[in-house]
Amino acid sequence: MRKFMILFRHQIWQMAISPSTYFAAFLFLCFMAVAFLLAVRDVGLVPSKNSPVETFLSVFWVPVLFMVPLLTMRSLSDELRRGTLSSLLTTAVSAWQVVLSKFLASYLFYALIWLSTLLFVAISCAYIPHAAAGSFFEVSQLVSGYGFVLLTGAMYVAVGIFSSSLTRTTLVAGMLSFGMLFFLIIGAGLAESLPVSDGAMSRALHHLVEYMHTFRQLDDFNNAVVDSRAFFFYVSSTLMLLAMTSLITESKNR
Amino acid sequence: MAIWRHKPARTGVIKNNNMPSEKEISNSVIVRRLTKQYGSVKAIDNVSFRIGSGEIVGFLGPNGAGKSTTMKIISGQMPADSGCVEICGESVAANPDAAKLHIGYMPENNPLPEDLRVDEYLKFRAKIKGIPRREVANAVEEVMETCQLHRKAYRKIIGNLSKGFRQRVGIADAILANPDVIIMDEPTIGLDPHQIIAIRDLINSLRGRMSVIISSHILPEVEVMCDRVIIINQGEIVASGTSDSLRKEFIPNDRYAAVLKMSPETFSRQLGHICAEAKVEKFKEEGDGYFEYTILAPFDSNLSASIISEFSKDASCCLREAYFKKPSLEEIFMAATRKSWEKVIGFQKKEEE
Repeated sequence: MRKFMILFRHQIWQMAISPSTYFAAFLFLCFMAVAFLLAVRDVGLVPSKNSPVETFLSVFWVPVLFMVPLLTMRSLSDELRRGTLSSLLTTAVSAWQVVLSKFLASYLFYALIWLSTLLFVAISCAYIPHAAAGSFFEVSQLVSGYGFVLLTGAMYVAVGIFSSSLTRTTLVAGMLSFGMLFFLIIGAGLAESLPVSDGAMSRALHHLVEYMHTFRQLDDFNNAVVDSRAFFFYVSSTLMLLAMTSLITESKNR
Repeated sequence: MAIWRHKPARTGVIKNNNMPSEKEISNSVIVRRLTKQYGSVKAIDNVSFRIGSGEIVGFLGPNGAGKSTTMKIISGQMPADSGCVEICGESVAANPDAAKLHIGYMPENNPLPEDLRVDEYLKFRAKIKGIPRREVANAVEEVMETCQLHRKAYRKIIGNLSKGFRQRVGIADAILANPDVIIMDEPTIGLDPHQIIAIRDLINSLRGRMSVIISSHILPEVEVMCDRVIIINQGEIVASGTSDSLRKEFIPNDRYAAVLKMSPETFSRQLGHICAEAKVEKFKEEGDGYFEYTILAPFDSNLSASIISEFSKDASCCLREAYFKKPSLEEIFMAATRKSWEKVIGFQKKEEE
């Protein structure tokens, strides 16, 4: 555990001094600030069944597509390219400790950057008189909405770390991560719109698509419906991806 | 200078029969019948050797001979197909974490994180190598002093360091936590002569304190630095011993050089008077009537003095130079690897027949 904590702290420090972390945070916050402004601007003027929080979080996937690759693409690919990973593994640490520390450090930054958007809500509450009353931003919706973002984020960051272990080129790792995330987030929605004839196969596919549909899960969370299947899906996928990354990292150093 | 140790010194009386013998304990590294195969290609085959405590050993071999594979297996980065490695009595395969505590490893090309400062990196490595938190600052300061990093370089970002200082950081990392065994892959490659001398002195300062394995292609460096040499070729150990013992084994004849004004026929005749078995291997006309002769004589014949006294008698010879041509490690290396190539080619021919 001590070795893991040393690695974890070192990873946090490495991310804190990496320009790509700040670039990712800057892009993300710019995008989310505009999204928040648009979500809040029309409240009360245009009739809508969605609350500002729902509207704001419905675009969560757009910044994820560039933020996650920027945060994770260097993590393993850069170390594999430089050879620092093999020299790290000559000490008494294991590949899974290295992978887990990198994952948790990236995830911590991912969560911090997301949680910093709560400042938008705080600023709105301070400057919009009737917002503070609670009708504007419901706490339960904020908790479940951000809970969803953090839950899915674990899997997305694990995808980023996994992509980074596949190649020694940082740019390729970033592109791989982008592609996989795009498929994971948008893929189920696209598959649903495919014209598939009715049958046992299509029913099984329909169930799978339903199970993986990110936006449907987001709707559930926004309506404070917490489905344990979503928990299982994201947590098990994260663990599986991390286990695969550990195996790849170990095999690449042999 | 006080040296920090994170483990007790291996001294005392051995009572348990299951414990390694005293002879084995004085060996920091024991490699037994190591074999590793990549597909159908045998990278190393039945490799065995021992390295004593405090010994500096050069590990030599042509490219693709199996050096890096052996180093990686010893440092626990790669498992062997068969055989075993013991580092200070700990099996690398059965107890990798315990064995790794005894090793300081400086890989080829010395990979370092470009964006960290020297002291940040060394502190991280010190912690990960198990040095207690309270001792980290002292341990890092000590190695920075040993490697001459403490004056200017310690707050510099590693990416901005010169090649020489990067090598020092690599060595500082390897000797952190005072490991019993240090493995260095090409520690002086790409350095200028000043830096090479500094690194050589640094490695020399480790003699007796730690066992050092140096893999290198710069043979004169190895000859100067190492107590003993192990030569590997085609995945097999082809030679092992001190430079002198290898000279005896692989270079069966002594060579002398003489530069004087004397025709080859007369020189050969007179040489026969000094030593009947000595003969002229080759000669070269140097101009102004001088000839440079290379003389081949039996091993340990000590002819230098005889050549000088014999050819000084006749003033018309104008003996200008006469000396013993000590075979370099390069020649020993060439002879040892050639012998193993011939063995392989002979074996292949036999198989074809």
